[in-house]
Amino acid sequence: MAKLELRNVVKRFGDVTVCNGVNLDVEEGQMICLIGSSGAGKSTLLRCINLLEHTEDGEIFLDGEDISIPGLDPQAARKKIGMVFQNFNLFPHMTAFENAMLAPMRVYKRSRLDLEKDIRLLFSRFGLSDRMENYPDQLSGGQQQRVAIIRALAMQPEVMLFDEITSALDPQLVGEVLDVLLQLKNQGMTMVLATHEIKFARHAADKICFLKDGKIIEEGPPDQIFGSPKRTATKKFLARALK
Amino acid sequence: MSDTKAAGMTRRELFEQRQKRRSIVIAGTSTLLVLLAVVILVPLTPGWEKVQKSFFNGAVLTKTFPKLIDAFQLNVLIFIWSAPLIAILGLLVALARDAKSPAMFPLRILGAAFTDVFRGVPVILTVYLIGFGIPGLGLPRPWNSPYIWGSVALILTYSAYVAEIFRAGIDSVHPSQRSAALSLGLSERQIMWDVILPQAVRNVVPSQMNMLIALQKDVSLLSFIGPVEIFRQAGVFKSLLANFTPYVGAAIIFLIITVPATRYADYLLARQSKERS
Repeated sequence: MAKLELRNVVKRFGDVTVCNGVNLDVEEGQMICLIGSSGAGKSTLLRCINLLEHTEDGEIFLDGEDISIPGLDPQAARKKIGMVFQNFNLFPHMTAFENAMLAPMRVYKRSRLDLEKDIRLLFSRFGLSDRMENYPDQLSGGQQQRVAIIRALAMQPEVMLFDEITSALDPQLVGEVLDVLLQLKNQGMTMVLATHEIKFARHAADKICFLKDGKIIEEGPPDQIFGSPKRTATKKFLARALK
Repeated sequence: MSDTKAAGMTRRELFEQRQKRRSIVIAGTSTLLVLLAVVILVPLTPGWEKVQKSFFNGAVLTKTFPKLIDAFQLNVLIFIWSAPLIAILGLLVALARDAKSPAMFPLRILGAAFTDVFRGVPVILTVYLIGFGIPGLGLPRPWNSPYIWGSVALILTYSAYVAEIFRAGIDSVHPSQRSAALSLGLSERQIMWDVILPQAVRNVVPSQMNMLIALQKDVSLLSFIGPVEIFRQAGVFKSLLANFTPYVGAAIIFLIITVPATRYADYLLARQSKERS
């Protein structure tokens, strides 16, 4: 059984169909990269998986349980699915440390003392121990994004979603964030990324999904997608992206 | 000396220095002209001598000023107990109006009606109706005090405005903050208290400062239902001495408080808009 399963997921905003029947299997410990032009539906798909958007049709299974049933409390699923956003979305009135402490303290009602140890460990694991007491606006974009990843990891999620997390960064800061992703992959985290970092996707992903007009029109291991894409749309996109 | 210094400046710096000097000269001259016009022309008006005697009478001012300051303490007192209650009630009304659950529907309607009514009625009318109306019920002391019911009138009116400012503050927090908080598994209530409100309150501090300044002045409206605060005290002196100078004295006392407060609110606002850009 796949860790995460999408069956015929449909999402509309008014008359516009953004996800048009998406099917996807994510095995435990896999890193899946969603690629495709802007507007293909990558971000919306991730938001649907985290139940930030409700779906019009189809099912989303986490460990075989449908989490997308209308009326179901989304909080239970969100605890297990972490998400990191393009613009970090850190809470500006809290230090990096408090950003990471907030959710586990409130949601799991964990004691501050017990939790502090875990959070400190996370910060040191990702090389940010000396930045814990800084506010987001005192950090570089790369550091902010790493704090956002730590904040999501603090909830001990089973699946992580990354929504173009390097797109808002200066080119020289992209590397440090991608390194964190590799670190997570090596630790066996199940991850779904929407990304424009084609080269990173090629060497790090277990599976590439190419989206067009709200559908996954081609998927497979990186070597196959990059080496011998079957669909002309995929070929065209890759030709442009790799230029 | 100045030539060698000037030689070390860039074209742009020289130009800006010239511009700056020019604006200082122009601003200085025009201010001087206006002042001169006022000082020369106003005393030429036919009624000036009378006005000077009844509004700017030094002897009356020195005689009444200390008593006015005494009376002003009552304004400060009423202000001090009203302001925190306004902040609390205003916040509660704002939260009630933004409540989403269907069970809160009556509260939402009540909140909307509250703000509509108290923003729609002139403050002085509210002060009259509550300040005279409720003690008229024949309540025992101290519950018939105009201090209490006058303050209640101010609290109700100002809470309505303050609630609207809080709501604007809540709206000003970007929806991506909510997304991030939701994705962490926080509940709606936790998101409001831990994520949205702290940012919202910070965003509206300058606007709320302006409400405090307005409240400080409107405390004087209670004079119409009894309490002898500064405006009423000035009125007493006016009748006693047949002179309007005590009103000018009262205005001076207000300005001593409100001008620095206004400057501070403006400073906060300027700093905030600088932070945002």
